Amino acid sequence: MADPQNKETNKIILSIKDMGKIYTSKKNQVKALEDINLDIYEGDIFGVIGLSGAGKSTLVRCMNFLERPTTGTVIFDGKDLASLTKKELLRARQSMGMIFQQFNLLMQRNAVDNVCFPLEIIGKTKKEARIRALELLELVGLSDKAEAYPTQLSGGQKQRVAIARALASNPRVLLCDEATSALDPATTHSILELLKQINRDFGLTIVVITHEMSVIEEICHRIAIIDNSHIAETGNVIDIFTNPKTQIAKEFVFPGGDKLDRVVGSRCCEIIFDGNSSYEPILAKTILECKAPVNIMFANTKNVDGKAFGQMIVQLPEDDILANKVMAYLRNQNIIVKEVEAGV
Amino acid sequence: MFNSVALDMFSTGLLETLYMTLVSTLLAYAIGLPLGLALVVTSESLSKTAHITNSILGIIVNLLRSVPFLILLIAVTPFTRIVVGTTIGSTATIVPLVIASAPFIARLVESSVKEVDRGVIEAAQCMGASTMQIIRKVMLPEAKPSLVIGAAIAVTTILSYSAMAGIVGGGGLGTIAINYGLYRYKYDIMLVTIAILVIVVQIFQEVGMKLAKIGDRRINQ
Repeated sequence: MADPQNKETNKIILSIKDMGKIYTSKKNQVKALEDINLDIYEGDIFGVIGLSGAGKSTLVRCMNFLERPTTGTVIFDGKDLASLTKKELLRARQSMGMIFQQFNLLMQRNAVDNVCFPLEIIGKTKKEARIRALELLELVGLSDKAEAYPTQLSGGQKQRVAIARALASNPRVLLCDEATSALDPATTHSILELLKQINRDFGLTIVVITHEMSVIEEICHRIAIIDNSHIAETGNVIDIFTNPKTQIAKEFVFPGGDKLDRVVGSRCCEIIFDGNSSYEPILAKTILECKAPVNIMFANTKNVDGKAFGQMIVQLPEDDILANKVMAYLRNQNIIVKEVEAGV
Repeated sequence: MFNSVALDMFSTGLLETLYMTLVSTLLAYAIGLPLGLALVVTSESLSKTAHITNSILGIIVNLLRSVPFLILLIAVTPFTRIVVGTTIGSTATIVPLVIASAPFIARLVESSVKEVDRGVIEAAQCMGASTMQIIRKVMLPEAKPSLVIGAAIAVTTILSYSAMAGIVGGGGLGTIAINYGLYRYKYDIMLVTIAILVIVVQIFQEVGMKLAKIGDRRINQ
């Protein structure tokens, strides 16, 4: 995982307050978003996760006013987007890059000319634009494909061109709308690595919209879970991963259904790994120290940046004294342990 | 039949036909292209005025397109006289040809430009491109292959319209076909004019398709 968000500046770059979006047609009104409140800090990688139709895409389009929110405000870099004139809004958008699931490259332009496109829009000369475009293609590792047309590029290469294009106008924020959803896992990983590198090297704020928890885990620092047009939960990815509060958050963290359903038998306890204890063989040590066998019923842990996060449910010995001893030992090791009702 | 007089007649006729067709196509595009773009832009805008403009433009285009060319040809004669000073000959025919084909071209342009991927236009909007920049740098270049095919269709349609103008002394191959074939029963001459028209249409169509293919970076790098 990349560096934690830049605590030194801790400046809010994008702030959304009480925002709502209603689509009105002749027959009915559809609430796409309601009561949205978000603060995105400069240098952060912020994730928005939700199921299809939850309102993620509308949310990202409200961030650059491609869609005008019906209520509430969007403040980007200190400016209320609603108060801007048409020209000022175009200028504000020039400081927000965006990449898409379907890449949306110009099919009649080759890679380098695609990257030149936003530079032409901001009025750079052809020569200046080309020099900068070639630099950016190098940054995304596609120098050798500068003259290739989109149809000659693979999905991952197209997304790299799109990233270079989005970075061309030196944006303050990069919006990624399901940017890896059309890519295979290996390519997804390499694109996410590139985004992390850009975040690290340039301190660029990145907003990632996705329906995949794996993308969030791999790249994001803070996330918002959006469900049914509302924000269900916001917080650090680690907090939500170790302790999801809402139903929707639990579904994302435990895609297979609620973990407790699988637990059968007598006393069980839930062990939560929150990143403090991954280098020690905790469970093995517990068994040896307490001389008590435990049975792993469920485990869902992730190795994030060398630290373990996640949960494990173990079945404790029948003997109450032994069971209590195990729990006490675990607590002594500064591990969060909760007893759970069996078979619930 | 193929004496020098007849050959002269055919070559003059062909030149007149090409003159009418190409000048009319150019002028019709000068009106039809912006009109077609206006139809696209106003249909995609959310503002009320754009919506109303779109409806008005649509109605005008449909009205002009629903008048059969032969009727339009005769109906606009007073206007033709004002513009050109005469109602016969190939230059006079250009006026009704432009009036009839500009709305048709507007619809061709509209459908070509609407084929451009919505996402690509959205990407340009995200980069802060103005509507004019999107038209110039996204819509037209991305729709180019389709626009070229449309132009081939337009030019052949205008060519066949121009032949119809022969009825009212419009000049070109159409006039020859009608004067000799219809009024004097000289079928051989009519057949030759038809053959020439067929060949010209073939050439326009083939050249158009080739140009579209060569220019299309999706299939031709």
